[in-house]
Amino acid sequence: MLTYTFRRLIISIPTLLFISLVIYLLLELAPGDPMAQVPLTVPPDVKEKMREALGVGQPIWIAFPKWLYQFFVVEPMYFSDAVFGTSFAEGQQRVISWQSRSPVMDIVIQRLPQTLWVVGVAYVVAIAIALPIGIYSAYRQYSWFDNAGTFITMVGFSVPPFFSGVVVIVVFSVWLGWFPSIYDTTLVVDSWESFKKQLQQMIMPVMVLALQITSQLSRFMRASMLDNLNQDYVRTARAKGLGEKTVVLVHVLRNSLIPVVTVIALGIPAIFGGAIITEQVFKVNGIGQLLITAIQANDLPMVQTLTFIFAVLIVLFNLIADILYGILDPRIRYD
Amino acid sequence: MTDAPLSMDATEPNAPPRSQWADVWAQFKAHRGAMWGAAIFISIVVLVVAGPWFYWNDPQLVPTGRDFLTLRDTRPIYTVLWEPDAKVSWLYPLGTDNLGRDTLGRLLIGGRISLAVGTAAMVLSVLLGTLIGVTAGYFRSFDGVLMRLTDLFLALPLLPLLLVAVLLFRDRLSGIFGPEGGTFILIVTLVGITSWMQTARIVRGDVLALKEREFILAARSIGTSPGKMISRHLLPNVMSPIMVSATLGIATAIITESALSFLGFGFPPDFPTWGKLLFDSVDRMELYPERVIWPGLLISLTVLSVNYVGDGLRDALDPRIRGR
Repeated sequence: MLTYTFRRLIISIPTLLFISLVIYLLLELAPGDPMAQVPLTVPPDVKEKMREALGVGQPIWIAFPKWLYQFFVVEPMYFSDAVFGTSFAEGQQRVISWQSRSPVMDIVIQRLPQTLWVVGVAYVVAIAIALPIGIYSAYRQYSWFDNAGTFITMVGFSVPPFFSGVVVIVVFSVWLGWFPSIYDTTLVVDSWESFKKQLQQMIMPVMVLALQITSQLSRFMRASMLDNLNQDYVRTARAKGLGEKTVVLVHVLRNSLIPVVTVIALGIPAIFGGAIITEQVFKVNGIGQLLITAIQANDLPMVQTLTFIFAVLIVLFNLIADILYGILDPRIRYD
Repeated sequence: MTDAPLSMDATEPNAPPRSQWADVWAQFKAHRGAMWGAAIFISIVVLVVAGPWFYWNDPQLVPTGRDFLTLRDTRPIYTVLWEPDAKVSWLYPLGTDNLGRDTLGRLLIGGRISLAVGTAAMVLSVLLGTLIGVTAGYFRSFDGVLMRLTDLFLALPLLPLLLVAVLLFRDRLSGIFGPEGGTFILIVTLVGITSWMQTARIVRGDVLALKEREFILAARSIGTSPGKMISRHLLPNVMSPIMVSATLGIATAIITESALSFLGFGFPPDFPTWGKLLFDSVDRMELYPERVIWPGLLISLTVLSVNYVGDGLRDALDPRIRGR
C-alpha cells in the first residue's frame, strides 16, 4: 500500500508539471494586454517599463520556470514564514497579480473561506440526505418512494445550477422575501443575530449545490446497495437469524459504502468547478468568482495559479480516492 | 426414445423471427420514463425547428418610436390571471423584453441554436471518443499513449480552461467566420474536445473484451484486414454504449453551452440561445421572472428528457435486462 501511494505520488509530479505547461501555453496565446486599464495619459515608454516590471513578454523558457519556482518554492516559504515565524522568503519575488499588484496567494487565501464554507456545508448536507435516500430506495426497489426518488434525482441531475439558483432566488427572495439574494461576505459572525443572518444567506447557495450533489450520490448509493443486496452473504446473514436492521444497515451498508466513499472523494474537485457558477448566481466572492474576474481582466498569473490549483485538487483527490478504495476494500491489492 | 425421428414441427419456431431492433424497441417501450422523455424531446425539436416558420412575429425586430414604448416589457398573457391590469397582448403570447423583442420568437430561435450546438458537439465528441477508444483497444502499441492522454484530459480543470479558451479564440474565429459562425464553431469544438473521455474509456474496454472472443479469432484466421475488422466486426458490437453516450452527450453539451453563455462567455449579444436569454434576464428577474423561467425551463426539460431517453436506451440495448 505504502509503495503504491509513493509510486502514485511520483507519477503525479510529471502529470501536474505537464498540466501546468498546458495551461501556461494556452494563456501565452491570450490576446489581451494587462496595461489596457492604465489611463491613456501615461506615456508609452512608461507603460513599456510597467510591462517589463510585471514580466509581460518574457520568453517562455524564462517565464515558465520562474512561475514554477515562485509557486513551488517561494510560496511555501512565505507560508512557513507566516505560520512558524521563520524567515526563508526574505527578499524573494512572489507570484504577483497583474490586476491588483498584490501576491496571488494572499488573494486566494482571502477568498477561500467563502468558497469552502458554502461548498463544504453543501457537501455535508448532500451526503447526509443522499445516503438514506439511496439506502431506502434500493431496499424498497420499484416502490413509490423509489420511483419518486428516481424522478427527483433525475430532475436534480438535469436542472443546471444557474437555473435552479435563479428559481430559488425568485421564489424565496423575491416572492417570499425569506432570504437575501446576494451573499454578503463582509458579514462578521459574532452574535446570534449575525449568525442567523449568515445562516439565512447560506441556505440558498447550499440548497442549489446540495441538490446536484444529492442526486448524483443517491443514485450511486442506490446502485451500489442493489449490487450487494442480492449477494450470497446477505442470504447467509438472514439465514443465521440476524435482524433485518442488522443485515441491511451493518452488512450490506458497509460493503456498499466502499465505492460510494471513493465517489465522494472524486466529487470534491468537481464541486469546486461547479461552485464557479453557483458563486456567480449568488454573488459569493469566492475563488470561482475570482477566476471569472481574472479571466475577464486578463490577469494571467492569477488565472494560471487558480487553474493550476483546480488541477492539483483533481489529481490529489483521484489519488485519495484510489488509496481509500485500497484501504476500505481488502480484496483490492495494488502491489 | 432415440429411434423416434424428431418431427420437423418440434424444431420449427412457432413465432416469426424477431429482429434485434424490434427487441430493443419492445424493451424501450416498456420504460415509461424513456417514452415520455422521447415524446417531450421530439416535440421540443419539432416546435423549435418548425415553430419559427409558422410564428407571426419577427424575433430580431426591434421596434422604434412609438411602437417601442407600447411594445416593450409586455408581460405574458397568463399574467392577467393574478394581475388584471398587467400589460399583455395576444399578439405576444409570452411578452416582450426591454427592447420590445418578442420573447416566444426568441425562445424558438434560441432553441434552434442550443439544440444545434448540443447535437454538433455531441457528434464531435462521440466521433473522437470512438476513434480514440477503438484505436487504443485494438492496436496495443497505441494503448498506453492514448490512455495516458485520456487520464490527462480527465485531470484538467475543464470549466476554467473552457472559459480561457473561449476568450482566446473568440475574436480570431469571429474574424474568419463572422461573429455567429465563429462562436458556433468555437463552442462546438471546445465542448467536443473536452467531453470525449468517458466514451473513449467505455469503447476501449468493450473492444478489449471483444478482441478475446471467438468470432474475432475466426475473422482474423480468414485474413480480415484491421480496417475491415474494425468496421465490420468491432464497431457494430460497441454500437450500444456509443448510442447511450451520444444521447447523454447532447444533454451535457447543452448544459455546457448554456453555462458558458450564462457566465458571459458564449454567443455575441443579440444572438439568442437559451443560456444567453437566461443570462440577459437575470438582472431584472425581480420584475420579470418569466424571462428567466422560460429559457431555464426549456433547458431543464430538454436535458431531463434526453437523460430519460438515455436511461431507457441503456436498458433496452443491454441484452441481459431485455425481456425481463
